[in-house]
Amino acid sequence: MNRRSASNSAASGFTDRRMETTMGRLLQVGVLLASTVVLAGGILYLRAHTGHAVDYSAFAGEPAALRSPVALFHLLLAGDPVALIEAGVLLLIATPIARVVFAVVAFALERDRLYVAVSLTVLAVLLASLFYSA
Amino acid sequence: MSVLLFTSLVFTGSFGAGLLGALTGLGGGVVLVPLLTVVFHVDIRYAIGASLISVIATSSGAAAAYVREGFSSIRIGMFLEMATTVGAICGAFLATRMPTRALTILFGVVLLYSAWLSWQQSRHPEHSAGAGSPWSDRLRLSGSYPTETGEEISYKVDRIAGGFATMFGAGTLSGLLGIGSGAVKVLAMDQVMRIPFKVSTTTSNFMIGVTAAASAGIYLHRGYVDPGLAFPVMLGVLAGSLLGARLLVRARVSLLRVIFTLVILALGVEMILNGMKGSL
Repeated sequence: MNRRSASNSAASGFTDRRMETTMGRLLQVGVLLASTVVLAGGILYLRAHTGHAVDYSAFAGEPAALRSPVALFHLLLAGDPVALIEAGVLLLIATPIARVVFAVVAFALERDRLYVAVSLTVLAVLLASLFYSA
Repeated sequence: MSVLLFTSLVFTGSFGAGLLGALTGLGGGVVLVPLLTVVFHVDIRYAIGASLISVIATSSGAAAAYVREGFSSIRIGMFLEMATTVGAICGAFLATRMPTRALTILFGVVLLYSAWLSWQQSRHPEHSAGAGSPWSDRLRLSGSYPTETGEEISYKVDRIAGGFATMFGAGTLSGLLGIGSGAVKVLAMDQVMRIPFKVSTTTSNFMIGVTAAASAGIYLHRGYVDPGLAFPVMLGVLAGSLLGARLLVRARVSLLRVIFTLVILALGVEMILNGMKGSL
């Protein structure tokens, strides 16, 4: 951290160090939450498919219902275990994105315009990739 | 193979990959895809989809431990993530257009390169700090990190454009192959930008999750992420790597590293041969 940003953070009471600690915790909580959902979905999935055979040697692609969040939500309401796993996966993907959102806020608190812009750029790229569908 | 048996075996294999990946610092992703394709005969597209998800889990799961050490730089990470995320999207697009045989061969080459890097890293010399680019201060990338005695060592960043370009490459590789490509990220920071090694490795861990999240969206849309496969892989790698991080202090890492390097080497050769024969 250089002198300029150090003085900025002293003024707002928010430092890069504190930001990183909060981010670390944010990421851990996100992973814990996502893993719990995936584990619950996984157990239900195993119970529903115990006797079935499995083969991943040919690629078919996942059904359309699992590729869009809206369709996924309907499956989830119907109690589909596969949809529950997929929801956990989405939570997991959302975790680093939440980290970037937090960085935007934290840099704004530090009054660091340059890094607010940098974080917003990263966020825009992430959201574009997530909501792009073709 | 029945679902229960397959899931248990994949979980165990992923656990081992995560454990070894954490113990050696090479990451689990790089052996996960060859494990799934060569041993379990999973199509490489499903394999990289599941692997990418596990990469997000491990990098985020380990984040708190890295933060505690106080080496990582949030600014360097965020700045370079502009390059890695765009690279990751390019990589994911390439992955959907590339023939799987070419993907398999490329993966094999990356494995051989990782083995070589790992061999080199076992005798890693700490280079002297560079003079630093004038842009280092202007972009607020200069920073400091604590030593064991508690004093702060400040550093500057050099060759920012070169580092940025290398990071774009790291992102592309990550999106293309579903790996964290931590080794290339460390290379960009440590070798190109002359950032201290400890700062490079911890900052790299932070960047891996965000980079992987950029290509994960595209993998989802393309149907690469199979829940039945992603579930044992993600939980297995995560559990293995968390245990590995705890054991790290006590384990004899040098011997493990040699073993792991040989495993990577063998898998790399196997993947290249398989890709050439077109049997995957």
